[in-house]
Amino acid sequence: MSAASRGNRVIVSVLGQDRVGIIAGVSGILAENNINILDISQTTMQGIFTMILIADMEQSRINLDTLQEKMQELGKTLGLKIVVQHEDVFRFMHRI
Amino acid sequence: MFTLQEIMETVTMIQEEHLDIRTITMGISLRDCADADPKAACRKIYDKITRLADRLVTVGEELEREYGVPIVNKRISVTPISLVAEAARAEDYFDFALTLDRAAAAVGVNFIGGFSALVHKGLTPGDACLLASIPRALAETERVCASVNVATTKAGINMDAVGRMGEIIKQTAELTADRDGLGCAKLVVFANVPEDNPFMAGAFHGVGEPECVINTGVSGPGVVKRAVEKAGPAADLGTLAEIIKKTAFKITRMGELIGREAASRLQVPFGIVDLSLAPTPAVGDSVAEILEAMGLERCGAHGTTAALALLNDAVKKGGAMASSYVGGLSGAFIPVSEDAGMIRAVEKGALTLEKLEALTCVCSVGLDMIAVPGNTSAETIAAIIADEAAIGVVNQKTTAVRIIPAPGKKIGDYVEFGGLLGRAPVMPVNTFSAGSFIHRGGRIPAPIQSLRN
Repeated sequence: MSAASRGNRVIVSVLGQDRVGIIAGVSGILAENNINILDISQTTMQGIFTMILIADMEQSRINLDTLQEKMQELGKTLGLKIVVQHEDVFRFMHRI
Repeated sequence: MFTLQEIMETVTMIQEEHLDIRTITMGISLRDCADADPKAACRKIYDKITRLADRLVTVGEELEREYGVPIVNKRISVTPISLVAEAARAEDYFDFALTLDRAAAAVGVNFIGGFSALVHKGLTPGDACLLASIPRALAETERVCASVNVATTKAGINMDAVGRMGEIIKQTAELTADRDGLGCAKLVVFANVPEDNPFMAGAFHGVGEPECVINTGVSGPGVVKRAVEKAGPAADLGTLAEIIKKTAFKITRMGELIGREAASRLQVPFGIVDLSLAPTPAVGDSVAEILEAMGLERCGAHGTTAALALLNDAVKKGGAMASSYVGGLSGAFIPVSEDAGMIRAVEKGALTLEKLEALTCVCSVGLDMIAVPGNTSAETIAAIIADEAAIGVVNQKTTAVRIIPAPGKKIGDYVEFGGLLGRAPVMPVNTFSAGSFIHRGGRIPAPIQSLRN
């Protein structure tokens, strides 16, 4: 199997203090750039707000680098850690 | 799709537990660069390295961003220079080292390995010339790493070469005295050296390797330590082994992913993943701390060898399942200066040179990044190398010595290298002489274990 089964799905993970506007902010950036949200879940783990979002960049108007920059900026504004990673990282680690 | 827990596990490993890819190393064959004219040979070497490794760093950085996994080092290993330079009419091989250094700088890698010779059964004129060039090469270049293989299970131990390496290590330390003997941190003496090791300072591109290849080395002592801590003090050792195995599987999968992807983007074959637990001086990224989390008051206490044997074996079992091709050194590293827990154990008197030697029977690689007093004799260093080589040869495993006789320093002083090489307390050595034994020279024959056909 080649690692380059190049799907265009990415995982956005958000960690930090819960506050108004997190989902709106993240999904706003995705919608603006035509990135489709496939799945979204959130919980509080050990007192830390955690949101995980799976998105499809197939029709995206921007590349992963630019998305990462935009999310990083948003993270700074909201005081949160936002990480965007290609889904292969999780597929390789958790699926055989 | 993935569960929240799975995603968080991966994110936590990277963000908090120092999971990273320690190195992607491009192996490059320089066999076609030999030339009677040393200047022509050097030109060919420079051109070939800069051509093949041109995009190595760019691709590495691209993968880091895409997958969100840090790739700490991008490096290059080349055919042992003794083989490439031998055809050249040159008095010494310093210019070859300089060429490697320049090529490494040009493509932006921090280390290039392969200023090496394989002399386990004897020296050719090219090998002798390379050995003689090592001290100056390491003193006057920044990125070049040297290694010499002095023994194999099949050939036995070349004690003449062992004796010579004692002298070379002393000279290298003296030429870099202003930097605490830094040159010695870039010089490894091996027994049973692997030809596809991606880790410095001992990496070179073996003669059985293809034209160009990508090998990766993963790291993740912090992740394993956290998993052991989470298991709690009541978990028995079988349970711990199982937990470490599963963790090692996950860590190694990252190496497999990055290695395959890097190879495919650079359009070269993917070689191996090295299943090593490589510590860094960062807090929480320590192999010693895993052993302590397993229940030892300090690394080096009685029981440390057993604990390390369990750890090393579990890492290999988990890792072997995670990768299609495993190679290199593949074992837990115990470099003193690069591991905060090891340094602490030495400072507290828990960990000695003798215990470290015992540990090398059950793990990779050997006496690694150990500082000893500056007045340690070349014969004593040679004898330390001989002991390690004997362990490797008899047990059919790789062993190595990377030792720094720190100029002007005595027991309790520190050497400071900074960065990944860290800092090390100067450790006592046995002060009784092995001089007459070393001066006998000759070869220690291959052990009976070598007769396997």
